[in-house]
Amino acid sequence: MAQSATDPRLLLLSPGDSVYVLRDQVAAGEVMEVKGHRITVPVALGLGHKIARVPVAAGERVIKYGAPIGSARIDIAPGDHVHLHNLRSDYTPTHSRDAASDKGKTTT
Amino acid sequence: MSDTIEADTRQPTHGKATTLRGYPRSDGRKGIRNVIAVAYLVECAHHVAREIAGIDRAAAHVIGFPGCFPNPYAQKMMERLCTHPNVGAVMIVSLGCESFDRERLARVVAESGRPVETLVIQNAGGTRSTIAAGQGWVRARAAELAAAPTVPMDVSELVVGTVCGGSDGTSGITGNPAAGVAFDKLVAAGATCIFEETGELIGCEEIMAARAATPALAEELRASVEKAARYYATLGFGSFAAGNAEGGLTTIEEKSLGAYMKSGQSPISGLIKPGDIPPRGGLYLMDVVPDGEVRFGFPNISDNAEIVEMMASGAHCTLFVTGRGSVVGSALAPVIKIAANPHMYRRLSEDMDINAGRILEGEASVAEVGGEIFDFVCALASGQQSASEVLGHQEFILTYKSFEPIGPACLPV
Repeated sequence: MAQSATDPRLLLLSPGDSVYVLRDQVAAGEVMEVKGHRITVPVALGLGHKIARVPVAAGERVIKYGAPIGSARIDIAPGDHVHLHNLRSDYTPTHSRDAASDKGKTTT
Repeated sequence: MSDTIEADTRQPTHGKATTLRGYPRSDGRKGIRNVIAVAYLVECAHHVAREIAGIDRAAAHVIGFPGCFPNPYAQKMMERLCTHPNVGAVMIVSLGCESFDRERLARVVAESGRPVETLVIQNAGGTRSTIAAGQGWVRARAAELAAAPTVPMDVSELVVGTVCGGSDGTSGITGNPAAGVAFDKLVAAGATCIFEETGELIGCEEIMAARAATPALAEELRASVEKAARYYATLGFGSFAAGNAEGGLTTIEEKSLGAYMKSGQSPISGLIKPGDIPPRGGLYLMDVVPDGEVRFGFPNISDNAEIVEMMASGAHCTLFVTGRGSVVGSALAPVIKIAANPHMYRRLSEDMDINAGRILEGEASVAEVGGEIFDFVCALASGQQSASEVLGHQEFILTYKSFEPIGPACLPV
C-alpha cells in the first residue's frame, strides 16, 4: 500500500499509478504529505479527486487503476491536483467549456 | 482513524476450507440452489403465477416474459432460465392465447430431466382453479426438492456475474476494484466469470482488447463497444456528464475504467451474448446491446435485466456493487450486495453483504475485501444465504431484444 510518508487520506489504487485518489474531502490550504513532500492543497477537493504521486511530463500518459486515463496537458508535479486543467482524454474531449479548445482532435 | 488494519469480523470462512455442495443436473452442471421456477408467458398470466408461487415464496420464484408478440431472444432466455442449474422444477403458466411457444419450452425443460407442468388459464377454469392447481403442484415439488441430495462441488464449477448499480463516486475506487480482485481469485481457481454493460466500457476498448486471448477476439471486443457507442448515441445517451467532473473524474476513459475494474486483471477468454453458456472457466465479456437497428429502446432498462441475462448464461450468483444503496436481489440466483460507500453501508447495513467502504476509511485493503467477496461466494455455494435472499428479494425483468449469433472468433479456446 501507500508509502509511510504519505497522508492516509490518499488512496493508491494500483502500484504503478501516477495519481492518488482522495479518500475524503480536504479544505483549501490544508497541508498534506505526498511521498515525504509537504504540499498545500490549492482548492477544496472532494472524495474521488486525484493528487499526482509522481512527476508527469506534458504529453505523457497519466496512470490510474494501472491503466492510462489520458495525457498530461502540461507538466504535472507530485502533489498537484490532477483534473481538467492538466489532463486530457486520449479518447474524446471531455464535455466542458475547455472542450472547444482541446487540441486532441486536430493534432496528430 | 485507526492505523492498524482491522481484522475481518464478518468473514465467515476461507474458501479453501469451505465445503461447496451442489445439486447435480443432467447437463453436468450443478446448482447452488434448488428452486421451482414459476414462469408466466405473458403479463396476463403474471398475477396467477405470483399467487401460485405465494404458497412457498422461499421455494418458488416467479420469472416470466410480459409480451404477447413472439421474440426469439425471449424464448431462448426463458429456455435457459428454466434449465438454469439452480432450478429443480418448472411450473409454466400460460393465459392461452399469447404467442409464446409453451410446448417447446415444456419440451426443453422435460428433456433436461426436470419435473415440468403447464397450466393454461383459459383451459383450467380461470384464476381461482388455476391457482389452486398450481399451488398443489408447487407444494408437492417443494417437498421433493427440499429432500434432494447434494454432491460436492468445486469452485471451478461456479459461474459468477457482476454488475454495478446505484453507483456514486465510491463505486469505482472501492467496490468495483474489490469485485475485480474476487474475479481474479475465482478465475485463478478455474471458475467462470462474466462482466457486461459494454456501454459503460466506452473508452476502455484498447485496454480491454490488450487482455484478449487472441487478436481476433480483441477485434470482437472492440467491435462490441463500438456497437454500444453507436446504439447509445442514437438514443442520445452515454456522454460524460458535468456531475462526473465534480466527482473528480476527468476523462471518459477514467469513468469507464471505474466500471471496468469489476472485471479484474485476468486474460479475457471470450465474448458471449445473453444465453450463451461459456464453454469453460475463464473471464467472459457479455455483449448485451441488441444487433441491428435501434428498435427496442435501452438495452437494459434496469440492473435486474442485466442480472437476468447473466443468469441465462449460467451465472449461479451475481456480485452487485452499489454506492448509493440498491436493495434488489434476484429470482433464481442469489445476489451479493457490496457496499462501496461506508456511510451508505451504515444506513443500509441490513441490505448489504460486504462493506467495501472500509477501504475508504483505511480499515481494509482492496485485496482484503476482494478476498472476503471470494469467501462469501464460496459460503453461498455452501448453503449460506445473502442479505437480499433473507429479505425475500426476487426481482426479475425480461424485455424484447434481438441478437445475431456470435462469430467463431468470440470463443477462441
